Amino acid sequence: MPRPTIYQTMDEAIADVADGSSIMIPGFGPGAPINLMAALWRQGATDLTTISNGVGFGDSPDELKGQGDLVDAGRVKKVIAAFTASTRPSRVGTAEALIRDGKVEAELVPQGTLAERIRAGGAGIPAFYTPAAVGTRLAEGRETRVFDGREYLMETALFADYAFIRAYKADTAGNLLFRRSARNFNPIMAMAARCTVVEVEQPIVEAGEIDPDLVHTPGIFVHRLVHIPVGGILRSARASGAVIRQTEEPETFPRVPAE
Amino acid sequence: MADEEKQPLTRDQMAAVLAQHIGSGWIVNLGIGIPTLVSNFLYPDQEITLHSENGVIGYGRVAGEGEEDPDTVNASAVTAVTLDPGAAIVHHADSFAVIRRGMVDVTCLGAYEVAPDGSFANWKTSDDEWSHLGGIGGAMDLAACAKQVYLAMEHTTRDGQPRLLEKCNLPVTAPAGVTLVVTNIAVVAVRDEKFVLEQHAPGYTAEEIQAVTGAPLEVSPDFRRVSV
Repeated sequence: MPRPTIYQTMDEAIADVADGSSIMIPGFGPGAPINLMAALWRQGATDLTTISNGVGFGDSPDELKGQGDLVDAGRVKKVIAAFTASTRPSRVGTAEALIRDGKVEAELVPQGTLAERIRAGGAGIPAFYTPAAVGTRLAEGRETRVFDGREYLMETALFADYAFIRAYKADTAGNLLFRRSARNFNPIMAMAARCTVVEVEQPIVEAGEIDPDLVHTPGIFVHRLVHIPVGGILRSARASGAVIRQTEEPETFPRVPAE
Repeated sequence: MADEEKQPLTRDQMAAVLAQHIGSGWIVNLGIGIPTLVSNFLYPDQEITLHSENGVIGYGRVAGEGEEDPDTVNASAVTAVTLDPGAAIVHHADSFAVIRRGMVDVTCLGAYEVAPDGSFANWKTSDDEWSHLGGIGGAMDLAACAKQVYLAMEHTTRDGQPRLLEKCNLPVTAPAGVTLVVTNIAVVAVRDEKFVLEQHAPGYTAEEIQAVTGAPLEVSPDFRRVSV
């Protein structure tokens, strides 16, 4: 297996994303590939299918353009997510309106089922059964089966053209480490795509620097690496927006969001 | 009791009531909203293990100002939490493996509606035909697999309509599973297909609570004021 290609910029790393591509987008608050998404916004690909926890919010400043903005701009034809609508009737987002109007196709999936569909895709398992959603509207008309006297719903695997990953640390063999709850969907999405592209927080180290026992995602699943440069986005803080990397100095912990 | 000033429970008080119903040594999952506050009302000697659907096992409480780590958040995805010694992080599939295996003793969730058979609705705000429009999160997995479901919710809608009903009007998150409902005015147990009124907020009588409930309430012989 060839080593992952290391790119100098986010734009170069995703330059070949074609119209109609499907993209796994991790993140549950932290752990979102903010820089790769901003690059995708710039790159212009359209007719995309996204697989993610939510559908994002629009109206972002240029440096933070992400999934929500792509949806609002009509560049996403289908969303597969655990949240496709706002939970407050007073706050209807553009995505919801587009889904209602039939301009965006939506597949609403319980979060655990979503995670397992992605895991199955990365593990070569085409389908599995789960108790989640049995007895609800989501199960209507769908295949179920009884095991040990309990009814389960059949679900199929998810696999995408691209996975945009956010890692804390990486080595030149592509081995990845994630930090705290920024891990979330990253390890499973990294396995479930034809091309796994990773934005890396810390400087990429030489293969051999990361102890094999401590690797979260083996490099065998990773195709492209880009280190977040000075001037790139470390994370988005709720109050103040983008937190821009100022220096290559590693942050200290706990790190308080910049106000 | 009827002369006492009516004091609906605050969000913190509702969270404290939920915490009172959590047993020693339990594995507890807290959903978005009021449930996330429950972690602030648990005691170390209860030996609770808090599990968050985003893969944090063994978190402590909501982080105070100056101790927030933006990479360590609870189910809200934005509120930072502290980690207890012995905490572990897992990815999303393993997080839901913990849930699906039935290891969660109780999940505390918000809800729009609940019925005496233990069914509840919290993923869709209308009964329209767009079943692909909603916000499910981990609720269906949790409701189907946790040993118990506790709900924190408003007793009525903004226009005073009941939320505790004979049957949910909104699409259900699960057909069964709820064992306790904590509202801003009452604590209601759900068992044997019945709502059992156990506690009241200061100033509320059983009659007043029944008047805004859409299903019969059996008043517990232990009916008493909340103590938070």
